[in-house]
Amino acid sequence: MRMLRAGRWITAVALVLLAGVYVRALAYTPIEQSQGLAQKIFYLHVPAAIWAEMAMILVGLSSVFYLFTKDPRLDRFAAASAEVGTIFCAIVLTTGPIWGKPIWGTWWTWDARLTFTLFLFLLYIGYLLLRGAIPDPAMRARYAAVLGICGMCEVPFIHLSVYMFPTLHPMPIVLKPGAPSLPGSMLLTWALSLGVFTLLYVGFVVQRYALSYLREQLEAAGEVGHA
Amino acid sequence: MRLPDLLRHAWTVASKDLLVEFRSRTAILSAAVFVVLVLVVFNFGRDPTAVSNVDLAPSILWVTFTFAAILALNRAFQLELENQALDGLLLAPIDRGSIYLGKLMANLVFVATIEVIGVPLLALFFNVRVLPYLGPLVAIIALATVGFVAVGTLFSAMTVRTRFAELLLPVLLLPFMIPPLSWAVLATGRLLADRPLSEIAGWLNMLAVYDIVFVTLALLLFPATVNE
Repeated sequence: MRMLRAGRWITAVALVLLAGVYVRALAYTPIEQSQGLAQKIFYLHVPAAIWAEMAMILVGLSSVFYLFTKDPRLDRFAAASAEVGTIFCAIVLTTGPIWGKPIWGTWWTWDARLTFTLFLFLLYIGYLLLRGAIPDPAMRARYAAVLGICGMCEVPFIHLSVYMFPTLHPMPIVLKPGAPSLPGSMLLTWALSLGVFTLLYVGFVVQRYALSYLREQLEAAGEVGHA
Repeated sequence: MRLPDLLRHAWTVASKDLLVEFRSRTAILSAAVFVVLVLVVFNFGRDPTAVSNVDLAPSILWVTFTFAAILALNRAFQLELENQALDGLLLAPIDRGSIYLGKLMANLVFVATIEVIGVPLLALFFNVRVLPYLGPLVAIIALATVGFVAVGTLFSAMTVRTRFAELLLPVLLLPFMIPPLSWAVLATGRLLADRPLSEIAGWLNMLAVYDIVFVTLALLLFPATVNE
């Protein structure tokens, strides 16, 4: 229970800070010349995208260690990370079209990067569905680990594809070889936002982890069936 | 375990599966009819005056193969559920890796049979010139098929023991099929449009890398799906 409360506090602080980042983004960060106000959504979109992918990699890594150690804590973490990754993916897929409509003139295009974010999202959904379809906890953990590792290994292919297909999507501005090509004030806002999203990720994962621990306790005591 | 033993045992498992299939022939016949039907459905799902056959052919080919392969993959471990045959297979004094490789080989033979039926039918129904490009086309099909059948065989070992097995396999597998599938469609399109081979070399390399990564990964992960 202490963990659940800690998770709630971290999330609450992160949400307040997120509001702060947006005050800074809207009021104290210069407006981008060609995209105007629409560019402000990047402070939400890019950190969410980074964490959506990071979450998949963390699912994969904890799955690898789970298969070696069979430590249920790793499985619980993988499940939590996958759920949070799903939400972050949903944020990316929602904010992307909102930006795309004024800038590209269309909500959606079958662009490589959009398509593969969608598939990352579907990968997460598949992972959660697989977990839901197996009643036995040990089997669920093993199968989920196998899928998680495969998912992690697919991420580099997704990345390679992005550079191989002709794309409309803006190329990386910050995380690329060489210096970031944007003014310092924008970079600072972006970095703050990335920090806030990191905190959000931690807060959500801690909460989900604590919840699944409590659920396991109840399951063991025979209080609830498997959802 | 030594490599020759691993492969020998794998072949034993594969030949068992293929023998079961050959004796009844129900699955392969249904799959073949399914391929014909999908191709026929495609004929009615397009406007021949708007899109030329050559432009549409790669999509038709790969969508058909995707659906047919998923049907085939569902079958692989379904066989082993009856009379707890899987337990017997696991008790055999062979490496878990050879069980996986055996299943993979049997699935590949099965899917390849479907593809051998599908390609001439595509050429026939949609009037696509396939013969001049047969060599590279076979290379594309082989490379892409190995990749997604490798992942599919691993996943079907898991989904077969869950609820909604038939539905869960495509849901899990399709996101993994999309990268090889999209490269295969692009390569096939270039090929049938009579572009030089150098243009598709990049896609073939990507497909080969995908195959190597996922066959290795599946081989390593398969024991986790059957060990208790």
